[in-house]
Order: sequence, then structure tokens, then C-alpha cells
Amino acid sequence: MTDTDHTPVLHPAIEPLDWGYASSREAADLVKISERYGLFVDGDFYKPASKRYMTSINPATEEPLAEVAEADEKDVDRAVTAARKAFPGWAKLSGAERAKYLFRIARMLQERSRELAVLETLDGGKPIRESRDVDLPLVAAHFFYNAGWADKLEYAFSGLKPEPIGVAGQVIPWNFPLLMLAWKVAPALAAGNTVVLKPAETTPLSALHFAQIAAEAGLPPGVLNVVPGAGATGAAVVGHPDIDKIAFTGSTEVGKEIRRRVAGTDKRLTLELGGKGAHIVFADAPLDQAIEGVVNGIFFNQGHVCCAGSRLFVQESIADVFLDKLKSRLEKLRVGDPLDKNTDVGAINSAAQLQRIEMLVEAGREEGAEMFQPACALPERGFFFRPTLFTGVSQSHRIAQEEIFGPVLSTLTFRTPDEAVEKANNTPYGLAAGVWTTKGSRILWMADRLRSGVVWANTYNKFDPASPFGGYKESGFGREGGRHGLLAYLKAEGL
Amino acid sequence: MTDRLDVRKTYKLFIGGQFPRSESGRSYPAVDGDGAIVARVAQASRKDLRDAVRAARDAFGGWSGRTGYNRGQILYRVAEMVEDRAGTFSEQIRIGGASKRQADREVAATVDRLVWYAGWCDKFAQVAGNLNPVAGPFFNISAPEPVGVVGVVSPPEPSLLGLVSRMAPALVPGNTIVLIASYQKPLPAVTFAEALATSDVPGGVVNILTGDPAELLPWMAGHMDIDAIDLTGAPADQVAPAEEASAENVKRVVRTATVDSQSPYLIAGFTETKTVWHPKGQ
Repeated sequence: MTDTDHTPVLHPAIEPLDWGYASSREAADLVKISERYGLFVDGDFYKPASKRYMTSINPATEEPLAEVAEADEKDVDRAVTAARKAFPGWAKLSGAERAKYLFRIARMLQERSRELAVLETLDGGKPIRESRDVDLPLVAAHFFYNAGWADKLEYAFSGLKPEPIGVAGQVIPWNFPLLMLAWKVAPALAAGNTVVLKPAETTPLSALHFAQIAAEAGLPPGVLNVVPGAGATGAAVVGHPDIDKIAFTGSTEVGKEIRRRVAGTDKRLTLELGGKGAHIVFADAPLDQAIEGVVNGIFFNQGHVCCAGSRLFVQESIADVFLDKLKSRLEKLRVGDPLDKNTDVGAINSAAQLQRIEMLVEAGREEGAEMFQPACALPERGFFFRPTLFTGVSQSHRIAQEEIFGPVLSTLTFRTPDEAVEKANNTPYGLAAGVWTTKGSRILWMADRLRSGVVWANTYNKFDPASPFGGYKESGFGREGGRHGLLAYLKAEGL
Repeated sequence: MTDRLDVRKTYKLFIGGQFPRSESGRSYPAVDGDGAIVARVAQASRKDLRDAVRAARDAFGGWSGRTGYNRGQILYRVAEMVEDRAGTFSEQIRIGGASKRQADREVAATVDRLVWYAGWCDKFAQVAGNLNPVAGPFFNISAPEPVGVVGVVSPPEPSLLGLVSRMAPALVPGNTIVLIASYQKPLPAVTFAEALATSDVPGGVVNILTGDPAELLPWMAGHMDIDAIDLTGAPADQVAPAEEASAENVKRVVRTATVDSQSPYLIAGFTETKTVWHPKGQ
């Protein structure tokens, strides 16, 4: 065998192949973004009385996308006046006719879902795969679902003769801009109310494109009004004396402030606030599925999710195995360009939010928790943060108590179901919880004891217009979605 | 003239199934329609309120964990105990200025209201909950759960029917209660506590404080371990500050138009809706 040469021969004519990453980028020009947007009041776009404009940027590039009117008190008053004027006609319209407007809007949203998905990703930083496959389908579904209620309200709550409340002031967050609009606008209009909506400061564009769609659908002027702005605009909506109902989704801190502002008034109020979701994995769980559930629970939408499963509780006997699996799964996450269809984790919504995440992660390290981050490269521009896993976390750590609203998971362990329940409930929040186990009786036992508005068993982060969503404790009150969600927009004798 | 001196009742608080005096050592006069003092009742303090909240929290797990059927039987038993004391209640309501006819009618309505709510205990979840037809292979169900510890301000009047009308809907789904009785007409509330104590209602499930709402309500509204407050019976000028204080732990606030109505939607005001998802598959 000595005469055989085993040295591999490289053919000089073949260059080494580069198996590097090939992106699959959605075209940004699928959506036409205007240079400037006004307020949408009484069926048309207007320049703001405030004469002020804010710049909405793409958080993935930090480049400006458009100038957007910033509504002041006078602008809000104009919108409320338009909504008040439109209310009697809209409320008197038969439910079947109101339904048809909403069905029409649902169809137009479906027709234009691709451009709206791109817009949502450009303005907010979320991966196009999520805005395309989650946000937009749900947005249309919320309008379609609630449309069908408009002429069936008398069957929704036995013994009641429901009526619309009046003008609804709705203040929504930046994490699911168009979906939060749908959660609020669809049931409000189905029930016969008119709306003044304030989209979030950093993500106003999809609400303004939606207003255009509503106008094209022939929605009567004044039924929907959109007043972009920051906190001061929101405060003007909340404080306006001619608004009958306030619906807010956002932080617990601002929610408490709103509760104080409407104290002693007859304004109806629903609040969907923060969370610190517990994701509980028992030793008998299907581990590979649970890994996917846990990853989806905290890294979906960069963790900018009020119901994110941000506290992981693993049963002690499988903690090492599970965390090893989880770390190797995290290494596979693709972080980067939100327009790339392969991206799992997109851009953090704003510089301010990135700072808050960094501050709380630093607090986690200082308090002695052990941090793991996959070795992924981040884009040079834009706001990005690596998926982060903390182990060795104790219940008193800030990263186990405070909502981070970012891609940061805090891991704790437990031994018994009782201990899991006690630790999971040890928070002022109560929005969502997840349980992974193959034992059916244990799922129901846990579901009874977890003090949270949603319990996902052997799944996580599932949403549907037919499914009520909302919190216990400091996660707010009232429900959105389903039959229960209508109640926030109805009044009746006996309520 | 009889040669026997009657034995008068001491009107005390009802906390954790016990009848303590106020830790503050205070009492205040209860007067009749003419302003004459008929008895002195305990005047609860902030500390009594805190003790009552602790008792209510301790009792919550047990009470909410009972079956609706069992809670229904206990509420029905409360109705029996009120009926049994109908004469005493009627007399005490008359002290407040009502005629015998009015007082008897209020007692009868109170008993009937308790029976009505007793029957809701094992039915409310069926009416308030439902399966949700989601677009995917999931079992998805929404059902009401008790909100936790509820603070109730009883209306000044009707002193008995008002108290029971505010208390019963909170009790049905399994909440525990700290209740401030009618300040002006406190006697029926204390006798009602005695009826509760003989009704198999576990200690701490209902705690009744006699005292001044102006003093107690700010603490109740701001207490971090009370989950909901019913301000329907609160003095009008105290509603706004109480609602402001309620923001501290995002309390659910109930305010209805009438103090003594009955409706399953009043029960709903003291519940949370929990939605549970589970995949379907082979």
C-alpha cells in the first residue's frame, strides 16, 4: 500500500464554494410611503392645528420614513367633535349595515396585506415573516369576526338590551401597531361607537394607511378619526370631557396614570397593561416542542409582547438538559434585517426601548444572574439586541420582577407543581402563563391556579379574534376579543 | 314594671369569624329616627381594616376552591338564618325610621335576594363562560374566576337589603369580602354578621366593619391586597379620591346606578375571565 498516495488533490480549476448566507429580502418599495401625513379627521386628512410634525424612523436603519402630524389638544378636540357628530347616525344605522362596512374593510385589508406587512415592518422593526404571517392575517380576522357581531349584539348577553356607549378614545402601543388598532377599532365600530384613535409615537404609519382604507371603504366621515402623537396627545384624548370610553393598551405605569385621570368621571375604562408571563416546563413535557414554545414565547416580536413568556420555570430534574437544548436552539436564531424573510428576531422598536433593555440586562448581571447570548453578528446600524438567556435567577431579581419588553428570558427552577404555581403567581402582573406537561389532569389543575387572564397549555402566544384576552391584577382589566370583548363597548340597563 | 333587667347586646366588628371590638377602643352612637341614642357600635380603625383584609386573603383559597354547589348551599343557609331572625332585623330597621310594613318588606326582600344569588353559584360560569371557536386546532375556553378580595362600601340605606345586595354578587363566584356597613344605620349589619357566623360561612369570607366610610374608605381604596372595590354605596364626594387611590394596584372598580338591584352582571363585575388554550391532536 505504500505506493498509494492518500493526499487529496484539489482541482485547480474549481474555486472553493462559498456556502455563506443568502438573504431573501422582501421589497421595501411594495408600499408607497408619503413624505408627510396629516391627521385623519371627519373623513379626510388635515394639517394639524399644532403645526408640529414628528419623524417616524425605520428602527432597523435609523433612517427617516416620513413626517407625521403631531396632534395637540385643539386637534384632539376637533377629532372628538367629528366623532360626536357622527355618533348618532352610526349608532342608528342597522347592525347589518354597520357589519357590511366592517366586512368591506376586512376584505380590503386582505387585498392589501402584503404592502401593509412591509409598512409594519419598516416602521416598527418586526420581522416581515411575523407581520406577514401573524399581524396582517389577524388584523383582517378581527374585522371579519367583529363585523358579524354588529347585527347580533342582542344575542351576545342574555337579558340585556345593549347599546353603544358613544365616543371611544383609544390609545394603542407600538408593538403590534395595526393589530392593536384592529383589537380596538373593530369591536368599537361593530357595537355602534365612533372612535378617536391615537397610534403610538414611533409607529403611526399603518394607522394612517388604515384610515385611507376606511375612507376608500366609504366609512361615514367622523366614525373613525386618527390623531398621531406622543404622551401629550394621549393625555388630551384621555382628558377630553366629551369622550365616553377610554381603551388603553400599554405600560402599567401609564395605565395607572390614566386610571387616576378618569377617577370620578363617568368614562368607562379598559386597560391592557404589562406582564411578566410564567412559562412552566414539567419534566414529562415533550421537550423539543417545549423548546420551540419557550423560544416563541420570549423571542416573538423581539419580546415586545405584553404576554411574553419572560420567566421560564423549569422542573429541577430536567433543568440542565433543557437549558443546554435551549442554548443550542438560541444559536440558530437569525437576528437582523426585519425585511429578510429568514429573520427570526428583528429590530428593537426604538433607541429608548433598547436603552431600557440594556439597563435591565445590566441589572441582571449585577444582581448575580448568569447571562448567555448566542454568538450572532448584529447589523452595524439600527437598534438590535442579542437574544439573551439568564440562569441562576432568583425571584427577587429585577429581571424576574420587572417587565423588560425585550428578547430577554429569566430562568428559575421548581420541584413541585405547588411550588411552580406559587412562584409563577409571585408577581403584581397576571396576563399570561404557559404550562408544558403531558399530564392532562395537571394541566387543568395548573390552569385553575395560575392567576392570569390567558393560560396556554402545550402552546404559547396563540391569538384569535374569537378568544378573549386581558389581564388579572396589575396587567389591567377588561377583555379584548371574543364575545367578552364586546362588553367594553356596550352599555345596558343592568350592567 | 318588671323586676328583671334586660341583657343588652354589645355591637362588635366581625373579622375572621370572630367578634372583636375595635383595636382602637372606639365606639360611636347609633341613633333612632328621632336622634335618640339606641346603642353604641364599634368604630373600626385603619388597623381593623387591615386585619379584616388579612382574614379575607387567608380565607380566599378555601372559599374560591369550594364547588359552586357548596357555596350555593351555604348562601341558602344564610337566607335561612336571616329569615329566622326576621323579627330582630325588622325591629332594627324600624329603629332607623322605617314603618313595620316597610321593615318587614325589606327583610323579606333580603331573604329572597340571598336565595336568588344562592342559585347562581353553580350556574353563573355556564352563563358567563363559553367555548371560543378559534381558527385552528385548539380547545379554547373562557370561564369566570373570582377576582380575589373585594372591598365593599354598603349604602347608607336600605341598611340590610343594601348590604346584602352589594355583598351577595361578590360572594357567588368565590370572592372574600371586607365590608363597611351603613354608618348611619349599623345595627342590622351587626346582626347580619351574627347570622353569617351561624351559616357555615367560613371565618374570614365576609368581614363586616362598622365605622365611618370617610375614615376607612381611603385605606380600603389604597390597600395593595384588595383586588376590587364596590363604590356604589360610597358617599358621592368620596368616589373620585377612592378611584384615584385604586390606581395604585389597578383595582377593579364597581359603580352601579342603583344600590339594591339584582343581576348576574353584578356578579360579572367581581370576576376575571380566564381563557385556556390547548392543542388538539393525535
